[in-house]
Formats: sequence, C-alpha cells, structure tokens
Amino acid sequence: MGKAIAIELKNITKTFGEVVANNNVDLDVQRGEILSILGENGSGKTTLMNMIAGIYFPDSGEILIDGKEVVIRSPKDAFAHHIGMIHQHFKLIDVFTAADNIILGEEYKGISIKDEITAIRDAHQKENSEFFDYNPDEDAGVLEYMSTPKRHKKGATALSVAAVPFKHLFRRIKFGWLSRNRAQAIQSIANRYGFEIDLKKKIYDMSVSEKQTVEIIKVLYRNADILILDEPTAVLTPQEIDKLFNVLRRMRDDGKSIIIITHKLNEVMEISDRVAVLRKGEHIATVETAYTNEQELTEMMVGKRVELNIDRSDPHDVADRIVVENISATNHDGIKVLDNVSFTARSGEILGIAGIAGSGQRELLEAIAGLQKLNGGDIWYFDPNSDNEKVDLRSKTPVQIRNLGVRLSFVPEDRLGMGLVGNMDLIDNMMLRSYRRGKSIFLDRKSPKTLAERIVQELEVVTPSTHTPVRRLSGGNVQKVLVGREIAAAPTVLMAAYPVRGLDINSSYTIYNLLNEQKEKGVAVIFVGEDLDVLIELCDRIMVVCAGRVTGIVDGRCAKKEDIGLLMTKTSQDEADISLKHKEGKNG
Amino acid sequence: MFISFLHSAIRFSTIFLFGSTGETITEKSGHLNLGIPGIMCIGAIGGCIGERLYLSSLADMTQMSGFMAVFVPIIFSMLFAGCMGLLYSFMTVTLRCNQNVTGLTITTFGVGLTTFLGNTLNKEGFSQAAVYFRQGFNSSSDWFSQLFLTHGTLVYLAIIVAIITAVVLKKTRTGLNLRAIGENPATADAAGINVTAYKYCATILGAAIAGLGGLFYIMDYVGGSWEYNIDALGWLAVALVIFSVWKPNWGILGAILFGALYIAPYHIPSNNAQKELIKMLPYLVTIIVLIVTSIINKRETQPPAALGTSYFREER
Repeated sequence: MGKAIAIELKNITKTFGEVVANNNVDLDVQRGEILSILGENGSGKTTLMNMIAGIYFPDSGEILIDGKEVVIRSPKDAFAHHIGMIHQHFKLIDVFTAADNIILGEEYKGISIKDEITAIRDAHQKENSEFFDYNPDEDAGVLEYMSTPKRHKKGATALSVAAVPFKHLFRRIKFGWLSRNRAQAIQSIANRYGFEIDLKKKIYDMSVSEKQTVEIIKVLYRNADILILDEPTAVLTPQEIDKLFNVLRRMRDDGKSIIIITHKLNEVMEISDRVAVLRKGEHIATVETAYTNEQELTEMMVGKRVELNIDRSDPHDVADRIVVENISATNHDGIKVLDNVSFTARSGEILGIAGIAGSGQRELLEAIAGLQKLNGGDIWYFDPNSDNEKVDLRSKTPVQIRNLGVRLSFVPEDRLGMGLVGNMDLIDNMMLRSYRRGKSIFLDRKSPKTLAERIVQELEVVTPSTHTPVRRLSGGNVQKVLVGREIAAAPTVLMAAYPVRGLDINSSYTIYNLLNEQKEKGVAVIFVGEDLDVLIELCDRIMVVCAGRVTGIVDGRCAKKEDIGLLMTKTSQDEADISLKHKEGKNG
Repeated sequence: MFISFLHSAIRFSTIFLFGSTGETITEKSGHLNLGIPGIMCIGAIGGCIGERLYLSSLADMTQMSGFMAVFVPIIFSMLFAGCMGLLYSFMTVTLRCNQNVTGLTITTFGVGLTTFLGNTLNKEGFSQAAVYFRQGFNSSSDWFSQLFLTHGTLVYLAIIVAIITAVVLKKTRTGLNLRAIGENPATADAAGINVTAYKYCATILGAAIAGLGGLFYIMDYVGGSWEYNIDALGWLAVALVIFSVWKPNWGILGAILFGALYIAPYHIPSNNAQKELIKMLPYLVTIIVLIVTSIINKRETQPPAALGTSYFREER
C-alpha cells in the first residue's frame, strides 16, 4: 500500500484479575484508512481500544505512533497524540449543552514566555535579514536602517517583548473565562465538516444520532488524527448509518485513520479497508476487506465453521395468544409514549417490532407485563392451559401475569439495570426468579446451580465459574445469562427486547435459534430488534412503531428493508402532509 | 425592630453560608461530605488555637493589632478544616471508602475533638479579639448602614466567597470541569480532566471554607466565649445546599432565610414550646424544597448525577 503507519501496537497484554483480556496483541493502522476490528464478545476489542485511548494501561507491550514509542497513561496523553475515542456508551454530560461538552477538558496550552520572546526576536531578525537579502549593497542597507522606520521597528519589537508577560496573564484569565459566544464559535467548526446540529441544545434533549454527532465533533475539535469508534451503529437507523459512513469516508479521504468496532459483518464489508480479527484476547489476523468474505471472517472470529442462516420454519398451530386493542399511555412528563396501539401476537409465531430506539417499544412490552400504567384500551390473553379462556391482563398484577406464563426478557441499554444484580454471582441471579418456589425456610441453591451450569454450557458463557459476580462478565455474556434464565422458565409468551444488542455474531445466532425453538414449541414470541436484516430473516410478521404509534405491520417473508426504514421515520407530520395532498387532490 | 431583626438574620446567615458554599463546592465534585458539621467544629477550634498562638506571642494585650487578630485565626481555621478535608478526600477518593460513613465519622470525630480542646484551651483575651472580628465599616444609624455596613469582616467574606464560587462554577472552564466531574466522572476523565486532582482540591477547599463558619460562630457571634452548638448549625448548612439547589448565589438568600427562621423565636414573643417549633422551620422548608424540585423535575435543579459514588477508571 505504501501508506504511512499511524499507530502500531506490539505485544500488548492486559489482565483484569484472573481474566486475560488481551494477550500479546499486535496491530497497526495506516494513515487514511478505515480498519474494522471484529471479534466475539469478551474477545478484548474494547479493552484494546481503551488502552490506545488511555482509559486502561497495558500490563506489557508497547505502542508506537508514527514509529516512535509513546506512553499513554491517561486520556489526556491520548489527546496529545491526537487520538480520539467515541465510546459505545456516549461519554456526554446530560445537563450541559453540546458546545460545553465539546470544549470540556480543553486546556489553555500556554507557550512559555521565554519561547514567545524568542519567537518575536526571531521574527524581527528574519525581517532584517530579508531586508539585507533584497539589498546586495550593504552600505545602503545600514544607512537605511539607521534612518528609516526600521529603527522604529526595533523599538516596537522591544515593546512587544516587554508586553509578553502581561499578554500572557491576560490570555490566561481570559481563557479560563467561558466566552458567551462559545456555542457559535464551535458551530462554525461543525458547519465546516457539514454536520447539521444545534450545539446550544442540551444533551438530554437530543436523539441518539445527534449525541453521536456531538461525540464526533468533540474528537475533531481536539484535532484527532486517529479516531476510534466503539460500535457506533448499534443504535442508529439505516438512514443514520449511511450518513455516518459518509462522514467516516470523508474523514478517511482527509487522511485520518479510523478504527471501527462492530459486530455487523455487512457493515465491515461496506466501510472498512482492512479487518483485524480478535479471538479470546488474541490477534488472529488482519486481512484486506476486498480479498475476504463474511463466511471467512466469521470462521476466523469464532475459530470454527458456523452456519449464518436462520432457519425460519413456517408457523403451525397458530392461535391468538395476546390481543392488544387501542392502548395509550403517557410518561410522567405528559408525553404520549403509546398512541392507540393495536396488534395481535399469535402462538407459534415470531412477531418482530421495529422502530427507532425509544419509539415506545419498551412501554409496549411493559404494558403487557403489567408494569406500565395505561390510559385506555384492552389487553386480552388467551390461556392455552385452560382451553384458551379469555383473560383480561389489565386487571392482573405483574406477578399474576408472570404466573400465566407471560415472560419479559428485557435487555435495556444498561444491561445490569433491570434484569440482573451485578454484585451477585450467576447462581444467585438465577434464584432471583425462583425464590418464591421454596417451601423450606432455607434457600434451595441446588436447582439454580444446575440451571446456571446449564446456561453456561449451552450458551457458551465465558466465565471463570458460576460463582463469579455477574458484574465481572463482559456485556455479551451478561446478556446470555439474562435471556437464558427467562427462556428456562418455559413461558407461553416470550418478550425479548434487544436480546442481541452488543452480542457477537455467534451468540446472536444462538439466541435467534433459541427464539425459533420457542416458536416451534408453540410460544408466542415478541422480538424487539434493531438490525432490520435480522428482523426480516427471523420474524414472521414485523410491526413497525414510530413515536408510540403503529405505522405498519408487514409480512417478514416479503418485506423490504427500505420500506421498514421509511415506516420507522414516518411522523404524523408526513401523514398529515399525505392526507392533505389527498384532500387537495380530491378538491382539484 | 424589623431592621434589627433583619440585621441579625444577615449576621447569623454567615455560618450557614460558609458551610453551604463549602459543601456545594464539594458536592459539585461528586462527593457528599456529611463531615461538614464536624469540619465546622474543627474550623472553630483551629481558629481559636491560632488566636491563642497569636495572643501568646504578644507581650501584653495592648499590642494586639486588629488585622493580625483576625487574619491569623482565619488562616488557622482554614488550615485545620482543610486538613479534615484532606483526610476525607484521601479516604473517599484514594481509598474509595463509603462517603456517607466517612463523613459521619468525621463529624463525630470533629465534634468530640472540639469539645475536648475547647474546654482545655485558655480563652484569655478572646473577648478583646472578638471586638476586631465584629468591627464594621461604620456605625451610623440609618437603615442602610444598619443593614449592610455594620457587620464584621467574616460576614462580607462569606458573601464574597459565595459570589466568587457561583461565578467560577458558572462562567469559567474550571467550574465547567468541576461540574462535569460531579455529573459524570468517566466522561470528564475521558475528556482529559484530572479527576482525582479536582476532587481533592474541591473537597479540601470546600472544607476550608466551611471551617470559617465555625470560626465566625465562636469569634463573632458568641464573641469569643465557648458554646457547643456548631454541629447542629452544620447540619442546617448541609440542608441549605439542597435548599439552594446547588447554587451558591441562591445560597446567600437561602442563608438569610435560614438565619431569620433560626433567630425568629428570640424576636417573636413566644413560649418555649413555640420557640422549639419555630426552630424546626428551616428543616421543614428544606423538605418542601425537596418535594417541589422533585415535582418540577427539571434537570438543572437535580443534584450532581454522580453524587455519592466513587470513581475508579479501570472498573468494569
């Protein structure tokens, strides 16, 4: 290729207690290229990147930037070497404006007074020497020097030298002071790179994609030449992903090095120039994207041949299991989160729910589980255990709903938040769901232990033992434990929200197959997903929600990705426009 | 009558204002320092020790200079209180102890130590020194000078410190960085801010400022004699932080209100039971403010998001 190497890692090793996160990893990134890092969960991708960004410090090994060995002890050092990282969970402060987030931590880089004085003198000298260069006749030069403005210039130089310390003091004070126009100043930078964003907005008012834009502007503002993006596409819609990729390509053409971590193979193929594969903390290979394919990459990643197909069987014995009629709900800010939602979930079928994150998916599932207060509408459940008797779910408590076999396996952004207790080990977390069953006053630890062991084995959870606190496992493994536990309860309705978020390809397919198995057992599966390709491959029907309303229910077998993408962003404004046009058409 | 009531309220507010300004600085760095009452006690005794040392260095009391009699105790008070702040931040930042437990321990320790030292300290000459503490700009009797110009040095110092703190927090890069640490230390760290240094500085500075509240109470308010009431007032200062929704400039008005409520029983004719009831008002007001701010649920009036949690970069 002949391109210069921007950053090179040699024999990097990092351990957390007993867990080896990275073992002797070698990696290099060139200027003006996009490098994808691919690997399963817990293969040490994020850890490795965090070491470049100064969050972690490697136990051994060296990092070279432009061929020179550097020590990166803190994020500050990383900035000094022009490295910027956009983390998976955005590192932004909610109550600040975007502009304040961008300038955060920036310091006044004081040039020393001595240096500045030397610089002024040099400039003065240079002017004089230029003068002599232009006047080969030396005498003339000296004469002119004695009698003309040049002499005044010397005085001016002396004056500016004397003024340096005061200017310094003034600048220091001034710089600590936040300018009233700071948002506008940064806005001009954002406009130059072609970002459409209002930097005076507070972060908590922003959408996920806007937050990501702020993160990107933040690293650009710091003059980063090496950008690291940790799973940037996980929360974006297809349209937003396209936009992001365009930005990335523009930056690559600008000579920046970009490292991108992602689980989605199609994105790897689309965006990157080269792919580095990590497995269990070790660097397997770095290959040119043009000379490889998805199957080969998966094999390198997993270490064995895997099938990347979801076998979707035709649904059989379909019966209505849950019927939702016109439910609405508002959140505590008084904003409508569910607006007249109606649908049917059938047994032996997977119903997919697609939509931009935060369009009401969570509230919808919680409504069925009895956790969300509704303003109106009905939810009916047809109990297969008592001859499809019609049950009103709205009159039941969450516990009663659970006992009917309606299971919610919710995987929120904060994986540990809703389902598991971080400081407890796997067995205790299993017990969270079974403690009611015990009859003796002592805890029954035996059956949770077998369950935990079964999940570890079947779902290939990477953990030192079942006694390890869940907090210490990597994100994907935590998720496997959570989903595994809910499925083990033999439900009649299984609701899974983002069960594969952040999971690597192998474990994702394990989960898809688990869902399929459940479907074949006659369970009504509701699957909230974000990857449209997967939704189309997995689901029998796909319901699209946007801003709390159902904008369409399409057949998974003949749906098109673009159509779903459009439905996802269909606002009421669009609808109004359409209906208005209809009217106009009629009138005309 | 009303003027004199307001005058005493402003004067009494100083102790709350020092405490709450110090605690606000600390809390903005994400540390809930419940040791503030104890630190105020330590500040008081530190100031007294400083005064004692200064007075002992004089041949006799007539040589006392007003400036030194005020300046030396202030420095000592801040030094002693700052040491407690250092202890607190060492335990909570470096050793990552539980902040509530550490804070309460420091309060218990501070109150105990002050009681012990306060009894043994020779307080000879303190009442003369207190005169300098209480000296105002002028003593004319029109209402403006009565209200605003007759107070002692520390009263003005408290207000100046509160205003400077508010400006620094809101308008400067240092303040922006500090607020960022209190909201989300991981983000601040990733932005290249030295989180540990900021936390240490904020806690120590906060403690030093709070310590002056104790000094004011002993040297100015009770005039150089000894009273064990500082920790009760310290708790009110902590409550004032919530009342002022973490804004030191609002804290000035809040402190005057708290001061007014606290001294009201001595100005309103009432029996003992009523006095005690009126004394409860500041606490009641704080509860109401908490209820109101949580109902409004505006993001800007919420406590710093990372308040009470320790930060460790490599935690996973």
